[in-house]
Amino acid sequence: MAGIAVLVFREVLEAALVVSVVFAATRGVPGRTRWIGAGIAAGVLGAVAVALSAGAIADAAAGMGQELFNATVLFAAVTMIAWHAIWMATHGKQLAMQMQSIGAEVAVGRRPLAALLIVVALAVLREGSEIVLFLFAQAVGGSGWIDIAGGIALGLAGGVATGLALYFGLLRIPVRHFFTATNWLLLLLAAGMASQAARFLVQADLLPSLGPRLWDTSALLSDRSLLGQTLHALIGYDAHPAGVQVVFYVVTGVLIAIGMRVWGRPRKRVSGAA
Amino acid sequence: MIPIKTTNIDAVTAIAKTAKVLSMLALACTLLLGVGVAQAQDAEARLVIKEHKFVPAEIKVPANKKVKLVIENQDATAEEFESYELNREKVVPPKGQVTVFVGPLKPGRYPFFGDFNKDTAQGVLIAE
Repeated sequence: MAGIAVLVFREVLEAALVVSVVFAATRGVPGRTRWIGAGIAAGVLGAVAVALSAGAIADAAAGMGQELFNATVLFAAVTMIAWHAIWMATHGKQLAMQMQSIGAEVAVGRRPLAALLIVVALAVLREGSEIVLFLFAQAVGGSGWIDIAGGIALGLAGGVATGLALYFGLLRIPVRHFFTATNWLLLLLAAGMASQAARFLVQADLLPSLGPRLWDTSALLSDRSLLGQTLHALIGYDAHPAGVQVVFYVVTGVLIAIGMRVWGRPRKRVSGAA
Repeated sequence: MIPIKTTNIDAVTAIAKTAKVLSMLALACTLLLGVGVAQAQDAEARLVIKEHKFVPAEIKVPANKKVKLVIENQDATAEEFESYELNREKVVPPKGQVTVFVGPLKPGRYPFFGDFNKDTAQGVLIAE
């Protein structure tokens, strides 16, 4: 049961951290729980579908279908996060001011939630499909149902608890800095996903690695430690990245930052609230 | 065939420009294909997953060379080939075969494991 719980926990953790950041970034939006819940549900369904077609995906694109699929899913998520982060940069200050004046949990207008619904769904789909494959292998391999059910329950509880801890930690950020903080978190999340996508493309030999191991900080913080995995999911920490991963990370981060700067510049007020 | 009017110089220049761009694209593609052809010189290594174990559990590959690692899963359940040292992870479907490119690696030992059967599926890739 412990082995099952550990694997489920690790996968749930990655998805839960993404969901937590998204949940924080949509603070104050009416109906966000429903949107994000829908994203999770879509992700779970997608995970089962992906797991069922694992063989077909693996065989596609001359055996590199898995890498292409993962890279595509990651790039799609990067695009959606970038869009939301840039949108928030233009509207975030206003939202924070409204939240300060009328209270944090009061409706503060509409925000595009569809992009983040997709981000949540894709995160759950990616991690969830591995859980489904693993559990299926366990069931076929003769693990008892009690072990499997117990493993799922423990792993899920642990992952969700960590996600909630992150969420409530983020809520402690003062409201006036809140959306700036979540926006930067979204930027780092997207940069990390772009780096992971690049890694998959190197693995498939579709991108040059530009140095297979640019540096090695595994002695300092191992990829397999809990902190290493948390930072991997949140900001794309990689103990020994390939050169091209760093390129993708930096370029994605800079592009989003430029987008936020260009469109997020304070405009002349239309309605005169000084 | 569309006759090119000699009077319509703009169109001719546009076509010439397009041709130039296309030839440059073709050149780029050839270069990329060249990279593809170079793959033929990559080293190749084979691993088999059988009864949730890697066979061989120790595999030697040349150092400082890109390696095409072919992993065949003879089991009826999926496995995930994973390695922190190699920075790789890939699901190997039941009765399926996948390819993972690694390296060029510095000489050394690079442990890997099957994430779905960690107790038994352990191996190490030795680059020398």
